[in-house]
Amino acid sequence: MEPVISLTGVSAELGGQRVLHGVDLAVHPGEVVALLGANGSGKSTAVRAAVGQVPVSAGTLTLFGTPVRRFRDWARVGYVPQRSTAASGVPATVREVVAAGRLARRGLRPLRRADRAAVDLALDLVGLADRANDAVDALSGGQHQRVLIARALTAEPEVLIMDEPLAGVDLASQRVLAGTLRTLVADGVAVLLVLHETGPLQPLIDRAVVLAHGRVERTVEHPAGLPESPSCHPADAAEPSAESPLRTGIL
Amino acid sequence: MFELLDYPFMQRALLAALLIGVAAPAVGIYLVQRRQALMGDGIGHVALTGVALGFLFESSPVWTAVAVSALGAVGMELLRASGRARGDIALAMLFYGGMAGGVMIINLAPGGSTANLTSYLWGSVTTVSPDDITAITLLSAFVVLVALGLRRQLFAVCQDEEFARVTGLPVRALNLLLAVTAAATVTVAMRVVGLLLVSALMVIPVVAAQQVTRGFATTLAAALTIGVLVSVSGTATSYYQDVPPGATIVLLAIGVFVLAALLAVPLARLRTRRARAATPGTPPGSPPGSPPDAGSDPDPALTARP
Repeated sequence: MEPVISLTGVSAELGGQRVLHGVDLAVHPGEVVALLGANGSGKSTAVRAAVGQVPVSAGTLTLFGTPVRRFRDWARVGYVPQRSTAASGVPATVREVVAAGRLARRGLRPLRRADRAAVDLALDLVGLADRANDAVDALSGGQHQRVLIARALTAEPEVLIMDEPLAGVDLASQRVLAGTLRTLVADGVAVLLVLHETGPLQPLIDRAVVLAHGRVERTVEHPAGLPESPSCHPADAAEPSAESPLRTGIL
Repeated sequence: MFELLDYPFMQRALLAALLIGVAAPAVGIYLVQRRQALMGDGIGHVALTGVALGFLFESSPVWTAVAVSALGAVGMELLRASGRARGDIALAMLFYGGMAGGVMIINLAPGGSTANLTSYLWGSVTTVSPDDITAITLLSAFVVLVALGLRRQLFAVCQDEEFARVTGLPVRALNLLLAVTAAATVTVAMRVVGLLLVSALMVIPVVAAQQVTRGFATTLAAALTIGVLVSVSGTATSYYQDVPPGATIVLLAIGVFVLAALLAVPLARLRTRRARAATPGTPPGSPPGSPPDAGSDPDPALTARP
């Protein structure tokens, strides 16, 4: 079966520094692949390259068989960037932020009733339907993360690419997140996610790829025996602002 | 009924004020959202060079101002997007370059002197000509069409640019369109409030509105209402009291902001109380005056972190 995401010998640079050195990685339909590794190991760069936000300097990166530079069918890809703690200059409701994800299907056209239904469904899936009209700034870290996931899900993607979905997320929200992912995977959605710790997601993970210094260090199939928190400082998971300066997400 | 409506010059002034009251906050909200509240000021200074060029070539200063400020805004956006220059430094260059260029060129124009620029610097809404009104109407129609018609897309781009790119939106084109729209707004507003106060009408109604709103759409609607309210009433006040319209409009806007900010604290408390009533079992917690998130949050979020 054709992989959803395929990296073959992918190298990438950030600010003149080589961050990825010949990374091989494939995610097939319905698979859950976790990228693990210490800070600076290149995990975030790898997923940002996969969504075309970091140029590939060598090797090939394809999405659904199309080289990422020529890929245009972005509604098939749901992207959940790393959560930023910085607030936006103007308030926005949960529904408004989530609806932005639907533009992957609508482009420059206005949203219609069917789009609103898709937004409702995504909010329901992450358990935030009752907070739809609240300001996103009024949410906890875990709820905010769920908003970003709902935003990616409104486009009804075939693959979900998530950067540190558990960073700064409380245990209750981590469990909601695991439940959401289980539902999606059962529907055949593939998942590529960057993790510091596998946490409650561990039973879902089909393959864990451990990066070190921009290279694949090892690959573990069904990583039941993997340590919960591989080679990272415990403070990283607790304090997202202490992480790499590559944070994106809500500005 | 209204004596001021008997005069054609006041009819034009009020129409111009109404149009800019809608257009300026409609664009300003995206600049505030992206924390580029001073971009309007930068464009305003560049527009001065455009006005002076109009005098030099003896053509309409409005259209040369549109052209030059659009170029300036596009240049600013390209600099921002490339990440090559820090935003504030790029802005500083525009401020000073635009101002100096304007003063230099106006003095080169036949019979021109710095005094010609005064009505553009501080606005002179009562001298708006029928030709000006045509230009102002066309430009505001363009601005409102873009700012409201593409509000979902512009919201997405200003909220989270990288995510917007991954949804496949033409982010660069939208950013450039927003820059040109901001430039058009500045030139529309320069006759009403003046180039030095243009940004105030783009920014203050938005920040006044967001003191009491929770969503983007409600902020937009409230900002447009405040914008129209202050610009029309400011223009009328200037007629009756013989005070400068630009300054009146801006001071009125600041007054509305102060009122909204005073309202914000009790409103936040009320919302917290309501949210608590709506979610039974929420532990009482937040001290009075704390932001609404602290109290209305039913998740034991921060306490459960590792």
